[in-house]
Amino acid sequence: MQSESGRKIRVLIAKPGLDSHDRGAKVVARALRDAGMEVIYTGLRQTPEQIVETALQEDVDVIGLSILSGAHMALFPRIMELLKEKGLTDVLVFAGGIIPEEDIPELKKIGIREVFGPGTPTEKIVKYVLENVGKKNVREE
Amino acid sequence: MFDKQKIEEIAKERERWEQSTLPNWIKQCPERQKEFKNHSGITIKGLYTPEDIKDMDYMRDLGFPGEYPFTRGLHATMYRGRLWTMRMFAGYGTAEDTNKRFKYLLSEGETGLSTAFDYPTIMGYDSDHPMARGEVGVCGVAVSSLQDMEVLFDGIPLDKVTTSMTINGPASVLLAMYIAVGDKQGVPREKLGGTTQNDNLKEFFAQKLCIFPPKPSLKLSVDVIEYCARHLPKWNPISISGYHIREAGATAVQELAFTLCDAIAYVEEALKRGLKVDEFAPRLSFFFASHNDFFEEIAKFRAARRLWARIMKERFHAKNPRSMWMRMHVQTSGCTLTAQQPLNNIVRTTIQALAAVLGGTQSLHTNSFDEALCLPTEESVRVALRTQQIIAYESGVANTVDPLAGSYYVEALTNEMEEKAMEYIQKVDDMGGAIAAIEKGFFQREIADSAYRYQKEIEEKKRIIVGVNEYIVEDEETPIKLLRVDPSVEKKQIERLQKLRRERDNRKVKEVLEKLHYAAEEDENLMPTIIEAVKAYATLGEIMDVLRKVYGEYKELIII
Repeated sequence: MQSESGRKIRVLIAKPGLDSHDRGAKVVARALRDAGMEVIYTGLRQTPEQIVETALQEDVDVIGLSILSGAHMALFPRIMELLKEKGLTDVLVFAGGIIPEEDIPELKKIGIREVFGPGTPTEKIVKYVLENVGKKNVREE
Repeated sequence: MFDKQKIEEIAKERERWEQSTLPNWIKQCPERQKEFKNHSGITIKGLYTPEDIKDMDYMRDLGFPGEYPFTRGLHATMYRGRLWTMRMFAGYGTAEDTNKRFKYLLSEGETGLSTAFDYPTIMGYDSDHPMARGEVGVCGVAVSSLQDMEVLFDGIPLDKVTTSMTINGPASVLLAMYIAVGDKQGVPREKLGGTTQNDNLKEFFAQKLCIFPPKPSLKLSVDVIEYCARHLPKWNPISISGYHIREAGATAVQELAFTLCDAIAYVEEALKRGLKVDEFAPRLSFFFASHNDFFEEIAKFRAARRLWARIMKERFHAKNPRSMWMRMHVQTSGCTLTAQQPLNNIVRTTIQALAAVLGGTQSLHTNSFDEALCLPTEESVRVALRTQQIIAYESGVANTVDPLAGSYYVEALTNEMEEKAMEYIQKVDDMGGAIAAIEKGFFQREIADSAYRYQKEIEEKKRIIVGVNEYIVEDEETPIKLLRVDPSVEKKQIERLQKLRRERDNRKVKEVLEKLHYAAEEDENLMPTIIEAVKAYATLGEIMDVLRKVYGEYKELIII
């Protein structure tokens, strides 16, 4: 499974904040890996700064943010701000976990391209990444 | 339990049935699946007969309730004498918010308190720590100091109510605060009743709230066990947990086995300290999940009781029967509840709660139907509590002890689960015990594999989740009200904390924190010093920072 340039798609799966529920993040990471992507999993309790630094160092194409603690509205904007600062605006960012539907429009406004809630099949996420990696966020134009 | 000749007759008839009646029926009505397996991967037969339990001995394997091996129940009359404790896990926002929710639940008929702390508190950070940003009061109640604890239990008499606290790394600090509140209320310490989860081992491979590395984490857990054995006779210092192991993706057999591996490690550590097994074992308690497969869960609870009794008697030579009691709290499984069609979750929770009751639990929490969406609202938590009350008062199941005993299926499954759990326990023993297994990543790998397999089964429709991969409602609207924690909670907490730091005797705080540092370096039991520290209004974060300096912080072993 390769991006247009021919190299493997590189995905960072990250756990921002203090949330310690990592079952979903690990299952998604493994599914993306089984689909042929290069997956880096950050482990728990990452600050926005650590996530963006890792994304930069690992030269990722995609970031998946997993959060179930309800702290997404405090942490995601900071992550998106830092990504912009570091010039990582081409990275495809998606999220998952426990994120109320009513928060999704606001998250999309700041650049989270898609939110995958509880029950989402991993196939759907794999397909989404394959179809959207490297494509510009239409909203920005 | 059965006459050898009768078994042979039954076997002969069963063979005949399998050769004629059964295939004739299957021709007209094929079975829905090629194989039926439970969550643990055990193949479930179409029919169980006395043959499946022919080698059982009633007195050896079942016995009478209240007597070894306790398979049928810890107490002679079980729920006929006293119902299980209805103990609903609760907490959010400030101490005032949660105090209000505690009082609401007590007024609606719950019979024990259970406290959910927020993430900063759980990780030993004060509400104004940089890591706490956005997280204060969101997943549970924020407690940074004794002052918060005093508000949390305001108007709640600690000699009349028992309280469970889900807290692990900082368990000694929260217990110290609870003791201090009791002291202030004038309640003698011997009367304080409740539980601190305090099971640091499972954090490394399940709940993941690890602060310190494994060895100091074990030391801190045993500090609490030792302190309570000497000073708090009614307190359960530890709730050795399988719930989180299960929620992380383990099967029922793994949940049972890994929990017992941890329990064995705690007992061994306490013995190493010079405690006698009967001094502390009666107050060890356990915490399991109740998942969807009804009979598998019931078998698991019964197998757990018998296995633990056997381990305590044969491996650790306990003499006091109470040391062999596996007293358990059960929570219905959160990970089985869906965001889709949330009202269906009431049905799931009912089935799971019923399994826990038929399994003989001492204490039960039932999840609310909005589990996959937010923290429980007043309405949803009330339905969850009513679920227990309806089972208790309307269903009749609580009116006799261990009603499923003797079922060929349930007994066969109980035996098989015990056997399979023992295989794992032996494997971990051979590795060198629970800590060795953690350091090798053994539990983590088993759980990750089980979790992935479960997800694949769902996506391949080998496992149906109603509303999620079958019976879906497209473009479903969320019909229910969600609980959202007011963002002003964080601001309020920070202001309160900063005021406290200004107004307390900071010299005294500095002194006691230095005393704590020394005690930690000297490997003393830290409880007495921590009690002194909380009474001086040293904050949770300040106390935990001292320990972080001495023990270091854990670096996660990542296994996908």
